[in-house]
Order: sequence, then C-alpha cells, then structure tokens
Amino acid sequence: MIPAAFEYARAGSVDEAISLLSEHGEDAKVLAGGHSLLPLMKLRLATPSALIDVGRLQELSYVRDAGDRIAIGALTRHRDLQVSDELARSAPIVSHVAGLVGDPQVRHRGTIGGSVAHGDPASDLPAVVLALDGELVIRGPAGERVVPASEFFHGFLETAIGPDELLVEIRLRKTQGGWSYQKFNRRAQDWATVGVAVARTDGTPAVALVNMGATPLRAAAVESALAAGASPAEAAESAAEGADPSSDIQASAEFRRHLARVLVRRGLEEAGV
Amino acid sequence: MSILGNRVLRKEDPKFLTVGGSYVDDLPLEGAVHVVYARSTMAHARIGGVDKSEAEAAPGVLAVYTAADIDLAPIPNGAPFGNPAMTRPWLADGVVRYVGEPVAAVVAQTRAQAVDAAEMVIVDYDPLPAVVDPEAALRDETLLFPEAGTNLVMTFPDALAGIMLPAEAADQDEGIFDDCEVVVARRIVNQRVAPCPLEVRAGAASWTEGRLTQWATTQAPHGVRDTLAQSLGVDPTAVRVVSPDVGGGFGAKIGAYPEELFLAWISRALGRPTRWVETRSESMTNLGHGRAQVQDVRIGGTRDGRILAYRLDVIQDSGAYPAIGAFLPMFTRTMLTGVYDVPKVYFKARSVATNTTPTVAYRGAGRPEATAAIERAIDLFAAEIGMDPADVRRRNLVGKDRFPFTTPTGTVYDVGDYERALDLVLEAADYKSLRKEQARRRQSGDASQLGIGLSVYVEITNGLPGSEFGSVQVRPDGKVTVRTGTSPHGQGHVTSWAMLVSEQLGVAVDDIEVVHGDTDVVPRGVGTYGSRSLQTGGVAVNQAAGQVVEKARQLAADLLEASPDDVVLDKAGGRFHVAGTPAVGRTWSELAQAAGEGGLSAETDFTAPGPTFPFGAHVVVAEVDTETGRVRISRVVAVDDAGRILNPLLAEGQIHGGIAQGVAQALMEEVVYDEDGNPVTSNLADYEFVSAAELPAFETIHMETPTPLNELGAKGIGESGTIGSTPAVQNAVVDALAHLGVRHVPMPATPERVWRAIAESRAGGNS
Amino acid sequence: MKVSMTINGRSVDADVEPRTLLVHFIRNDVGLTGTNVGCDTTNCGACTILMDGESVKSCTVLAVQADGASITTIEGLAEPDGPMHPMQEAFRENHALQCGYCTPGMVMAAVSLLQENPSPTEAEVREGLEGNLCRCTGYHNIVKAVLAAASAPGGPK
Repeated sequence: MIPAAFEYARAGSVDEAISLLSEHGEDAKVLAGGHSLLPLMKLRLATPSALIDVGRLQELSYVRDAGDRIAIGALTRHRDLQVSDELARSAPIVSHVAGLVGDPQVRHRGTIGGSVAHGDPASDLPAVVLALDGELVIRGPAGERVVPASEFFHGFLETAIGPDELLVEIRLRKTQGGWSYQKFNRRAQDWATVGVAVARTDGTPAVALVNMGATPLRAAAVESALAAGASPAEAAESAAEGADPSSDIQASAEFRRHLARVLVRRGLEEAGV
Repeated sequence: MSILGNRVLRKEDPKFLTVGGSYVDDLPLEGAVHVVYARSTMAHARIGGVDKSEAEAAPGVLAVYTAADIDLAPIPNGAPFGNPAMTRPWLADGVVRYVGEPVAAVVAQTRAQAVDAAEMVIVDYDPLPAVVDPEAALRDETLLFPEAGTNLVMTFPDALAGIMLPAEAADQDEGIFDDCEVVVARRIVNQRVAPCPLEVRAGAASWTEGRLTQWATTQAPHGVRDTLAQSLGVDPTAVRVVSPDVGGGFGAKIGAYPEELFLAWISRALGRPTRWVETRSESMTNLGHGRAQVQDVRIGGTRDGRILAYRLDVIQDSGAYPAIGAFLPMFTRTMLTGVYDVPKVYFKARSVATNTTPTVAYRGAGRPEATAAIERAIDLFAAEIGMDPADVRRRNLVGKDRFPFTTPTGTVYDVGDYERALDLVLEAADYKSLRKEQARRRQSGDASQLGIGLSVYVEITNGLPGSEFGSVQVRPDGKVTVRTGTSPHGQGHVTSWAMLVSEQLGVAVDDIEVVHGDTDVVPRGVGTYGSRSLQTGGVAVNQAAGQVVEKARQLAADLLEASPDDVVLDKAGGRFHVAGTPAVGRTWSELAQAAGEGGLSAETDFTAPGPTFPFGAHVVVAEVDTETGRVRISRVVAVDDAGRILNPLLAEGQIHGGIAQGVAQALMEEVVYDEDGNPVTSNLADYEFVSAAELPAFETIHMETPTPLNELGAKGIGESGTIGSTPAVQNAVVDALAHLGVRHVPMPATPERVWRAIAESRAGGNS
Repeated sequence: MKVSMTINGRSVDADVEPRTLLVHFIRNDVGLTGTNVGCDTTNCGACTILMDGESVKSCTVLAVQADGASITTIEGLAEPDGPMHPMQEAFRENHALQCGYCTPGMVMAAVSLLQENPSPTEAEVREGLEGNLCRCTGYHNIVKAVLAAASAPGGPK
C-alpha cells in the first residue's frame, strides 16, 4: 500500500520533462494521471527511482481537428475524451471507449497518453488507436518522431518510447459510418477479458483486438477475409488467427479465442459491416 | 401506537454520513509504534533461517521478532474437538504452512518505515510439497503436521457422537436408497470464498500500570478479551477490549487473529503502544475464508416426485491451521434435509488441513452449504424425472401442521410454513409467465436464454447455546443508557434496541443511548454472529426494560402513596400516575432522581430456550448468453420469514446484503490457488467482489411467522438472504441451459464455465 | 517536499515524502479520518474524495500531485452545523449504509455522478458506482438513495 521511496520532479514544460528524464536515467518513470503506474507501485511491483510528473502540462491536454486526422494531446484525460464534441463528430468510438476505461474516478485522472504508453494489451484505448491507424508523436532529446501504431507496441508493457522520451500526441484517423466496441469483462470495473474495436476510416473496416496477445492486435485475417468478400460471420471465424492470448484467472486462452470470434462477429454486425 | 414494526431511521447514520465512523485505524494513539508483518511467500516450506539484521538496522526500526523471540504457548486447534496436535504458532516456527503466514513482526516509528523494513527480512525457505486440494490432502501423502500423523482434523458425526450429538448418531445405515426408483448423484463444489468486509483487520494495544487496553475490529469483544488474557497469562480483569465502529465482519471477525493478539505482547515487551493495519492483499490471504466444501450428493425417490432418501458426504477444507471453519460441517448436518420431509438420510463429513488460508465462519457458516447441496439435488432429481422443480419441492415440503418438527438428524424446527413461502414467491415472480417466456425463447433459438431458478430454504439462527447480556438504566435527566453484549457492525442495534426500550418506557428513541463494544462498560457479552443478536441480546434488553418499568412503578407507587397495581405508565408522556388521576404523577427523571445513585436500572442475561429457524423461498431469473456464457441476473424475488420484524427497514437491509453475497458466490467469487499453493485472487482486482453494476434491484416479499421461543417472536435475519439466493442463482443458470442437455454448472458460474457446460453437452457428454 | 492545498475550504501546508498517498496525507497529516482505505489496488473506492470538484480515488493520487488542488472530503460536504447535503440525507432516508465503511467514498462518488448526469436511470447509477464496493447493502438501497437524491426537490447539488 505504501510505495517504495523515490525522487520526485515536476516538469514545467515538455522540454524540461525530457531533460529530467535524461538526468534521472533508466529507472525514472513518467507520471501522468498515475492510474497505471501508482497501483503497481503500491504493490511494489514497480519501484522506480524517480518520478517525472508531467501531470501539469496543460498544453498536452486537447482534442483538435488536424485535417484528415484528429490530434489528441497525450495528457487528455479519459473523462475529457468522453465528453469531447470534436470526438463526437469525428471519432465517436474514442469517446465511447474512453467512457468504458476503469471507473469514473479512474477516468477523472487517467490519460490517453498514459494508457497507450503503458502498453498493456488489456487496455481498451490502445486497440482503438491501432484500429484508427494511430500515429504516436514522441519527443526526445533529439527532437520529435512519429511512430505508426502498427510499430508502437513492442511487447507486454513495452512500447517504442525510449527511456528519455515522452509521448506527446496521438493522431487518429477520423471514422466514417458505423463502428463498434465490444468489451467483455466480468465486472464493469474490470479490464477486458477480450475486447474488439471495429471502425471504418477509409471505407474498409478495421478490426483490433484487446487482450489477445502481448500487445493489442489488428485482426488481419478478419480484415482480409472481409476485403475478399466474406460475410461478417465468415470473417469472424478467423478472429483469433495470429493471436496468442494468455490463460489467467479470467479466462483460458481457448475461451479467449472463442470470445474473439463471437465478439468480432457481433462488432461487425453492430458496425453495419 | 407501537413503535415496533416501524421503519425507524437509524440513529447511527448522521455520524457515518458527515464525519465517518471511528474505526480502529482512525483512533489517535499517542506515541504508538507501527507493526508490519513479514509474510511467507511459500505455501509449505521449512524455514532454514531468518536473517533480520538488515531490517533491524533500517531507519526507525525498534525491533524485529520471529518465533524464536516468543515465550507464548502455541494457539490451540480452533475447531472444537479437532485434532489437538494441530496447533498454531504465533509466528511461523520452523515451517510455513500457507502463503501469507506471518513469519516476522517488524516494529518501527512510522508505518512506511515498518513496510520498508519488512521487505528486508530475509527468510531461507526449504520448499516442501504443497497440498492444496482437500481431496488430495486426505491421502496423507504430505502431512502439514507430521506430529499429528494425518491431515484429518475431525470427522462428523463420529467426533461429536456422545458429546454434542447422541451416541447413536455415529451409527448410520448405508442401504438407504434400496427403495428408490430413481437415484441421482453429483459431486458439487461449494467453493472457497473471501468474506471481504470493507474494513480489513486492524488493532492497537496499550498497557497502563499493568492493564491492557486493546482496540479490536471484532464481532465479539468479550471473547477477544478472554483470548488475550489466556494467551498472555493475565487475569481477564486486567484486559479491556474496545471495539469501536467495525467495518463489517460477516463471520470472519468473530475470533481474534494471531497478528492482533501479538500486538499486546509487543506493546508489553517494548513499553510502547502498538498499532497495526493490514493491507487488502494481506487480508485476502489471512482473514479467514469461507465455505470450501466438496460435496458428494446423492438423492433418490419415486418417479412421481417423492424424495425417499438423501445422502451427503462432505470434505471440508480447513486450511493450514484448523479454526472454526473445520467445525462447520456440524451445521451442514444440522440443516441436512432443509425444508423437506426425507425419511432416510446419511451424512458424513471430514475436515482436512491444506496449505491454504484457514477457513472460518462466513455469512451462513455451514448452512448455505447444506442448502446449496439439497436445493441443487432437488433440481437434479426434478430434471431426471422430468417434473417441474416447483412441483417436486411442493410435493416434499414439511407441512405447516407438523411443527415443532424433528428432522432425521435430530434438529427441532420451531415453526414454519414453507408452502406459503413457495406460493408467495411463485406468485410474486409470476412463475407461469416466466415459464412461457422461457419456452418462447427456446423456440426462437435466441442466443440469450432465460433461466428460472428456485430455492426453498430453512436455516438455524442462534445455533450455538449461550446467553446474552442487556441492561437498561434511566439517568437522573430522564434519558436512558442501554448496555448490550451484542456487538453490532452495521446491523443497527443502536436503533433497534432503542426502539425496544422506547416501546416499554415511553422515552423517545433519540433520548436512548445504546452502548456496546467496550468490555469495561459492558460487563458481559457474547457478541454478534450466527443471526443471534435480536433473539438473545434484543430480548435481554427488552426484559431489562420491563424490569425497569416494574421498579419504577413500585417507586412511583411509594411516592404517590398508592398501590403499585393502580399505578400506570403513560407512555406518551413518559410519566407514571395513578389510574384515573393523570394530573398527579412522576416523570422518569423524577423517579431516577428519587432512586438515588445510578438512577433506575435493571440488567438481565437471557438464554433462549433453543435456536430458531427462519425460512423462505427465492426465485431468480437469469439471462444467459449462450455464445459467451455471460449470465445476467434480471430478477431476484425473495420471501424471507424471520418471524416478527422489529424494523422492516433494517431487516430488508440485511436481506439485500445477504442476497448480494449469495449471488456473488453463485456467479462471481472464488478464492483460487495454483497447484503450488500460490493465491491467484489475492487482491480486489483479481477477486471478483461483486459491484452494483452486476446486480439488479431486489424484490423482497413480506412474510412473518413468529417463533414461540421468545417474547418478541423474532428469529435471525442476517444470513437468510445469502442462504436462499445462492442455489436459486445456480439453479437458474442450469435451468437456462436445460434444453441444451446441461444438468449442472459449477460455482461460480463464470462465462467460461457456462460456455464449457454447453460445449460439453453439445459434444454428447452430460455436463 | 512542500505541498499546499485547500481541504474543505481550509488551506493546508505541509512537508511530505513524495511517496505519500493523498489518502494517507488526508488521514494522517490533516487528521480527517472519514476517508477510508479499503484496498490497495484502486478497486474499492472507499477513499473517494472530490479533487477540484471531481471524484477521484485518493489512494491513487500522490499528495504532491494534489499540490494546489481543492479537495472535498466527506467532512466538508456540508457545513459542520448545518443541514446534511441532499445526498447524505438521501442515504439516511433510504438506509443506504450499514457498517459505514464504504459510505464516505460512496457518497462522494454519488455526488460526482449526479454532477455529471443529473437525472440518471437506475442502470446509469449502477454503472456510475462501478468503482465503489460495498459488502453490506447489496447496493439496493444505495442505488435507491442516489435516484432519490436526483429527483429531490431542487435537484442534485
């Protein structure tokens, strides 16, 4: 319940955050809303030597129209995504899914950047970022780089963000027409046992999976089956292809594969595919 | 107009709602040092050594204790008549027997320092094979207590024959199914669950001039006092236990745990007050668990629905150190046949030690296990003979004209009308329409299927003999102090006992103070558990109030120079006067002043002539997604008859809470260990503690059959909801899938289990 | 590290270890013990308070993160000698508490819920309280109380 001791530094700007990260080395962690990191620290499953608090960088909290994309500041809280007019217009799936993360209290503190940077395959928003062909804007000592979502998630709790880098913005494609998010969990406040995001950004449906492997995944086999003219029910049969779900207290890998097939079918149907 | 039976709002609430309760960890305690326990990370291992040097040298640390430092006798087997060789050390001594067992106590100036130092205690473990499965434990291949020679804690009824049960109880007939046309058998796991009161365990201890004050979050402060005195080798008068507000107990806070008791020892050793509060993760592996029975159920009867024989063979998991949980099959036996008239029965149970957290009482404590078994068995039997489960139940209920009714295991039910409860619940649920809707869904082939689950139950309350203390004192200002030996932790005794006294004295509820939970202020007490409080402590207070009224009448008669027979109490005015001449009288305040020091008072110790047997019937409607296995409970309709109801608002609250816990067991919650004995549900992220979002509103139906065993006509209500709801939910889940050939789904009915049951049935097996 | 915040309208300055959780700061440093701790995994919500007007779990916020914030705990929901807040009143009227341990957090979560959704359906109340666990009431009367507060004269505050 009591985290191990750490050094604390509050960043007044993005640049200061990056220099603080460089200064404190690899064992330092970025603290945004803290709702992924602090629970681990309380159980002492994470014991960072220093926390660089970026929580006050208001300049990273926004949702903006960026032409064919929508740009979201990394420190935008789930609650702000939930009630964003801009998202309601251009990517309502993001608002909807933000409203399913954790519980209201978590949504008042947790941020999209924190959720994506944590790299937990059981999180809801990373799969949506993947489905909307997200671009992750990362800033470091050498400047800014943009990583496509397809190359961002490296493994369980591992992402493309370097130890002295900060995720500053997430750019998503706008959605067109129907979409669906199927979250299957036992309790409302639980992580998804399996989740499925379905959205269309350029006419063809994109399908992404939550908690079906070490990272969020695109259901590539489903997408190509649909492109080849398969019905939603037919395409959904290949939902677990290429997935490598784990077995845990919530579900066996076998059941997760089954759920993925059912939820993909339902998602495609709800999205009007 | 009587206040009894009214929905009186709680006196307790304003404090809880505006500044919060005063729980043990809220108390200021000047100069207290903090205790944190270093705990076993292995389920079963020899301790090669404990290196505490680094911890001792850590900032703020005053002391680090291990078993080697303790001069206290081991804690005896907590199961009455259990194997005496199975004792518990205060801190693990040479061997650890479950993950989470305390190995060392670290004392530091601040809690954070103690937590930091506890991580520095290095324990050298030499792993032993862990026995996690109680059935495997019975094979005695690995022994938890080699000196006991067995893992068997005790057997039922043999261990109690000639002690708590008649000698012939041990002598039972194995040929009971010979006359049956149909016999159904099934192995049923009544899974291990965690009681999860919202307040975890906490304690504080302080010695002043050789006298101990201990703050405890407990359901039974006087019991804690006696245990402390015995453990520390001091006289009970040298111990004061204060139980301030208690954040829930559910049976798991009846006794005192070693970590709490040890605080007093440390405080004495260091000459400093000590305090301790566990984390939820610690609590999940150390606050006792509940249920944990493996049941072999066999039921037989005729093809037209008459039950003729019933057999239950139980393996009770006692966990690593036998506590009261090991004894609870006693109550499973007591309630073996439930509401049914079954001519022939057989019961056997074995409690066995495993490398897991010890089991204790949890809301219902042995009776939910009996009800779950027979209510599931009735449905299995009904499915086998193709009869509606409501009809099979009706066919076999004990008739209302047969009370007091003696069951085949010798239990004497006080009073009941089970058929009326069944009728009421079926009518309220509109059972016939539900069956029609179910048929329609089955016809349509919809992925979402409807299940209708039933249970009819009876349970025992105040099941352990014992008296309870109550006193009533009218103070010179005319206000009243009530002292009670019960120890409420959410039940609302402060309001209920005030209602009882108000009714008799005519003093407003707001002017009646109810005192509990301090052994220096309440001289005797047993506590609050087993749904005993109203029918023991409430009656004691009620009787004391009656005695105070009589004393006051005598005094008023003296003062008014009248015969006591002519003096009446005007309850509306709180004043005694001679009948017919209300102008001249004496108020409570005047009488209390006239009575001299201490005012007017009376105290009683009430012992009930026997336990009482609340009963009821529940209907649960479940929507089951046959593709994902997800179950949603859409309705819970509950008839619970607890005799005469003192305050319906509070009674309903007890039923609601009970139902939620019962539903949670059927659907959500299970304590799980891996094969090495590592707990995998050791926090509230992994343990599926039910929330509002998974539950519907509950429909409660009023029914009152007063018991003749006490003047209030009251039976217990605390555990009924839990007992009735669990099997109704489980039966509803199975019922939703019955047309697919499913006959059973284990608890908790998780999506995966439901999905597997359907898959196995489709593959041609019988689930 | 120095922190300064407003708690129930009163400004509080203190020097804390960075690892101090806000809930421990409120309970131990400020001495307001109405806010409880029920778990260590951000699940139970017993520690829920309002931070700048919104419900948060104070076990998952560092005191240093709350520097400069305005905090309301159960003790500050109503004036000390004034009438109870409509939500507190609704909890009492509907017997929405038993042991009282989850109650402060539950009330604060419910207040925040109605701020965001002044006329919720029963299902929305249940979903809205997903982050607050209660072991005593079965939630039945809590949901009833929140719905009652929402439809109380004058509406939710």
